[in-house]
Amino acid sequence: MTVRRIMGLETEYGISVPGDPMANPMFLSGQVISVYAAAQGIRSNQSSWDYAFEDPLRDARGWQLDRLSADPSQLTDIEDPTLANVVLTNGARYYVDHAHPEYSSPEVTLPRDAVIWDRAGDAIALESVRLLASRPGQPPVNLYKNNADGKGQSYGTHENYLMPRRTAFPDIVRHLIPFFVTRQVVCGAGRVGIGVDSRGAGYQISQRADFFETEVGLETTLKRPIINTRDEPHAVADRYRRLHVIIGDANLLDVAGLLKVGTTSLVLGMIEDGHLTEDWSIRRPVAALQTVSHDPTLRATVELVDGRVMTGLDVQWLYLEAAKRWLELRGDDPEPEATTEVMTLWEDVLTRLGHDVMSCAGMLDWVTKLQLLEGFRARDGLAWDDHRLAAVDIQWADVRPEKGLVHRLRDRGRTVDLVTPEQVRAAQTTPPEDTRAWFRGSCVRRFGSEVFSASWDSVVFDVPGHASLQRVPILEPERGTRAQVGTLLEESADVTALLRGLATPD
Amino acid sequence: MPGQEHAKPQRREDEVPDAPEAPPAAPSGAAVKEGLSDDIDSVLDEIDGVLESNAEEFVRGFVQKGGE
Repeated sequence: MTVRRIMGLETEYGISVPGDPMANPMFLSGQVISVYAAAQGIRSNQSSWDYAFEDPLRDARGWQLDRLSADPSQLTDIEDPTLANVVLTNGARYYVDHAHPEYSSPEVTLPRDAVIWDRAGDAIALESVRLLASRPGQPPVNLYKNNADGKGQSYGTHENYLMPRRTAFPDIVRHLIPFFVTRQVVCGAGRVGIGVDSRGAGYQISQRADFFETEVGLETTLKRPIINTRDEPHAVADRYRRLHVIIGDANLLDVAGLLKVGTTSLVLGMIEDGHLTEDWSIRRPVAALQTVSHDPTLRATVELVDGRVMTGLDVQWLYLEAAKRWLELRGDDPEPEATTEVMTLWEDVLTRLGHDVMSCAGMLDWVTKLQLLEGFRARDGLAWDDHRLAAVDIQWADVRPEKGLVHRLRDRGRTVDLVTPEQVRAAQTTPPEDTRAWFRGSCVRRFGSEVFSASWDSVVFDVPGHASLQRVPILEPERGTRAQVGTLLEESADVTALLRGLATPD
Repeated sequence: MPGQEHAKPQRREDEVPDAPEAPPAAPSGAAVKEGLSDDIDSVLDEIDGVLESNAEEFVRGFVQKGGE
């Protein structure tokens, strides 16, 4: 029984140039990635991500300049900036995904670390737009940590959880759908407008609920499913499954972010352990997802297949109570403090939501945003279709502290912060110590010029004097930690010494 | 768990929480000050100063391509 698990978050940032809605988002996203990579001295052409070892990447290396000395204006010389794709020294992947810059956090094991390295991504996004803004003649590019544009488009914030392969997928589906339909009352980010294109006036709990059309499926952009079946473990495939969760919203507040990954990890743990035996399946779950989202008063009900009628909050209580019983049964938690933090906050938030939704202001994104919007509505008599409310919704997620409304609230002490600015700053460049991200990120930091490419499960070196590339597989997410390879990484004078050390058993 | 009247399972109606405060494990100083709603007007005033002046144009210009 523990909240501990290998996990990571992916964020696609909304991107826009003020006054120029026709600006090419692919090209702009490429600039965002490239300018940040250049400032870090990291190559950002397409070959730096190791899609597969056998790719004929060698000839694709277009850029040999020392990136630190390159003039920023030269960055556009990259043959195709829309393919910018880098591994950062913190072990994250930063790249262009379709028409958005995406930050995929390094693998962490604890919810608090997930929050820290997720917020490090926001800080990286901020630094990227600052760097672009400092280039003469460059139109300003803004990034937004949200998931919908109000015109009909959505872009994702995905979670990844490593699970043992032996857990039966039908069990995962059965027990996760009711949880995913209702967890938005805790971790929804809130949205002005009803319907994918915000045709209806009003406020809803989730950014994403209106974009889901089916229960289970492989797609992420069409017919989005509540449970995504993409099965790329990026690890030893016969031991692990990577559960790719696409139903979440981007969170800017720590409590909601911590609970999103923490409670999901606990529910997965209960499924793996066979602890969930009752069937809490919800009738017509896609419609139920939207019903719950469309009622910020939390009174809307869903019907379980056994006939019970419950609110979304009630269903969350079922899972919390099950987790409490599981906790009592099992005393084998390697991270009791982290588990207790999630359990305590989960119960606190559910209790508050049942008593007074607004008492969660500062803790939950959707409640905090709603408090602000209701303030404007009360003061200025605004209807829900007023443009100013839609503007507040967008600007809520601006990564710039002078413009982003969450930043304004945080500066005024109106947010419950679980991590410190110092932790976030350090996580921009430092990987988590307890996963393979330590090896990946440290290789980029120590031996960046010799790292030919890297990926979740490999680091490929171009060793001076060797004709062939040297690929180091990192298929076990918990190997390559600081405790295991930290000394070797620091003491190896060069890549040759590192590879020799890795090949030598302790 | 038989029965059909579980619409309110185990919820803690009797525990009335006060204003949000940080959990025990949170860093000190993270707690939100009491009486949040008292100064909402000053928050709105500050946000007036940073909100895009032409809200309609700003909202219309925020156009994204689908992702994922």
